[in-house]
Amino acid sequence: MAADSTPRIVPTEITPESVYEKRREFLKGSLALALFASLPVQAALPAWRKTAWGRDESPNTWEEVTTYNNFYEFGTSKEDPAKNAGSLRPRPWTVSVEGECLKPRAWDIDALTKAFPLEERIYRMRCVEGWSMVIPWLGFPLAELIKQAQPTGKAKYVEFVTLKDTKQMPGQRWPVLDWPYVEGLRLDEAMHPLTLLSVGIYGKELPKQNGAPIRLVVPWKYGFKSAKSIVTIRFVEKQPTTAWNAAAANEYGFYSNVNPEVDHPRWSQARERRIGEFFKRKTEMYNGYGDQVAQLYAGMDLKKYF
Amino acid sequence: MRPVETGVMAAKDMAFRPVAAPFWSRLSPRTLKVLLFVVCLVPLARLFVLGFSHGLGANPIEFVTRSLGTWTLSFLLITLAITPLRRFTGQGQWLRYRRMLGLFAFFYGMLHLTTYLWLDQFFDWGDILKDIYKRPFITFGMTAFLLLVPLAVTSNDRSVRALKRNWARLHKLVYPAAILAVLHYYWLVKLDVTQPVIYASVLSLLLGLRVWWWWQKRVPAAKAGNAVAPALASRGRQG
Ligand code: HEM
Repeated sequence: MAADSTPRIVPTEITPESVYEKRREFLKGSLALALFASLPVQAALPAWRKTAWGRDESPNTWEEVTTYNNFYEFGTSKEDPAKNAGSLRPRPWTVSVEGECLKPRAWDIDALTKAFPLEERIYRMRCVEGWSMVIPWLGFPLAELIKQAQPTGKAKYVEFVTLKDTKQMPGQRWPVLDWPYVEGLRLDEAMHPLTLLSVGIYGKELPKQNGAPIRLVVPWKYGFKSAKSIVTIRFVEKQPTTAWNAAAANEYGFYSNVNPEVDHPRWSQARERRIGEFFKRKTEMYNGYGDQVAQLYAGMDLKKYF
Repeated sequence: MRPVETGVMAAKDMAFRPVAAPFWSRLSPRTLKVLLFVVCLVPLARLFVLGFSHGLGANPIEFVTRSLGTWTLSFLLITLAITPLRRFTGQGQWLRYRRMLGLFAFFYGMLHLTTYLWLDQFFDWGDILKDIYKRPFITFGMTAFLLLVPLAVTSNDRSVRALKRNWARLHKLVYPAAILAVLHYYWLVKLDVTQPVIYASVLSLLLGLRVWWWWQKRVPAAKAGNAVAPALASRGRQG
């Protein structure tokens, strides 16, 4: 499905004008912030190419994507991350690739984005709370990094660890979750071509509240599986204990594939509100990516492995 | 002439010493009630203002539903605070506003329920019934609301007169309604229970006071009853 033939172009040539308009609107409030955000940010990301992923979707606005976030490291309300994430320092940033692999390496974030060609993919994102968005991500397939690291035969799972630093992430002063935030995927899920390591949205560097400088995007799973502000990617033999699963195992499973038929114990998952829309829409199995990912779970009891 | 003046001053002082005379003590009860009525509409007006000024955030429907829920609960707690206020200030005038405040709780509850039925479920009655039956948080919210219905219906002078003592008995339903409302809140949050716990604490305080008063009233009665107890006990020992 990915159109690899599209030529490389610079971000400003492709991002829809309306998006920039929205962004301008959003930043108008603070001129200083606008200057600060636009100058170094555009320079930091190498050129990237557009792909066919999600071309038929209409993305949410920059404002929606950057002001309505779940990122408990900065507070538990949706507005908190946009307000509080200023204390995060996404540079310098090191991502340690380690564990059961032949070539562990501590990657500087900028080396990483240079080593792996960036592409834009428009994905749907479904939150476990029953809302969804469409987001134009900028990133590269996690599989590329995994191949480079050469996992050993013992590597069955991949664990993702978010930064733990109460100075940068004030929400970590409260034990809402057992910090640091840990997420995990089975190795085949992690290697799946849909699985992305994202460093930007809308052709810009990832805003802090969206998980700067690097985050996971697994579009067929509920949003919380897509760990943000990652510092460690670790190959492990045993299924990792993930943050939400540890907090409430009966509510948040390890797999957490989007599934309209398996309700959250306290609310229905049959429908979702696409942010910006008035009517709710039906939630699709695997968030509509079933064609590509259903075979990963062939024969599994999805009610048991929810 | 002089002594008379001081005498008047002294009488005034005595009358007002317990509470500093606030500006509204000079307004008539009727004006006060109208003022309070308008103040009670501010949370609703705020939603309209935010709605027209693009201020409801990325998920306006959620914002409105939650705001209305929060105000329903707040009005319930404010209503429950009237009796303690009356007792602590020794001023019966608080009671004048209690029924109106309770009706506002019902009013916001009705709007809250409407946003759920309409904007959340779009009147899909099958799904709504399933929700009420399957989701504890909806079950609790719905029960709380239904308990408020008879109270709202009887919040008029005619009902007070007609029901006599039963009116007060009936209106004790506000206690379970408030408890269920707090449980409703507690059950719907994902993980961070700070807010519902704050509301639960306020409610516990308000209900705790009533238990305490009830106990205080009971104790003298119990003491009187105790006089019989030794006699009973000694009789027991005798076989
Ligand atoms: C006396 C009755 C009720 C009270 C006091 C009440 C109170 C609340 C409160 C405090 C909230 C949370 C607001 C927040 O998160 O800031 C809430 C949310 C909610 N309530 Fe109620 N409620 C009542 C009745 C109902 C009823 C009858 C229903 C539906 C049948 C209902 C459905 C909901 C829904 C759907 C939410 C939002 C959940 C979410 O956005 O995640 N409530 N309510």
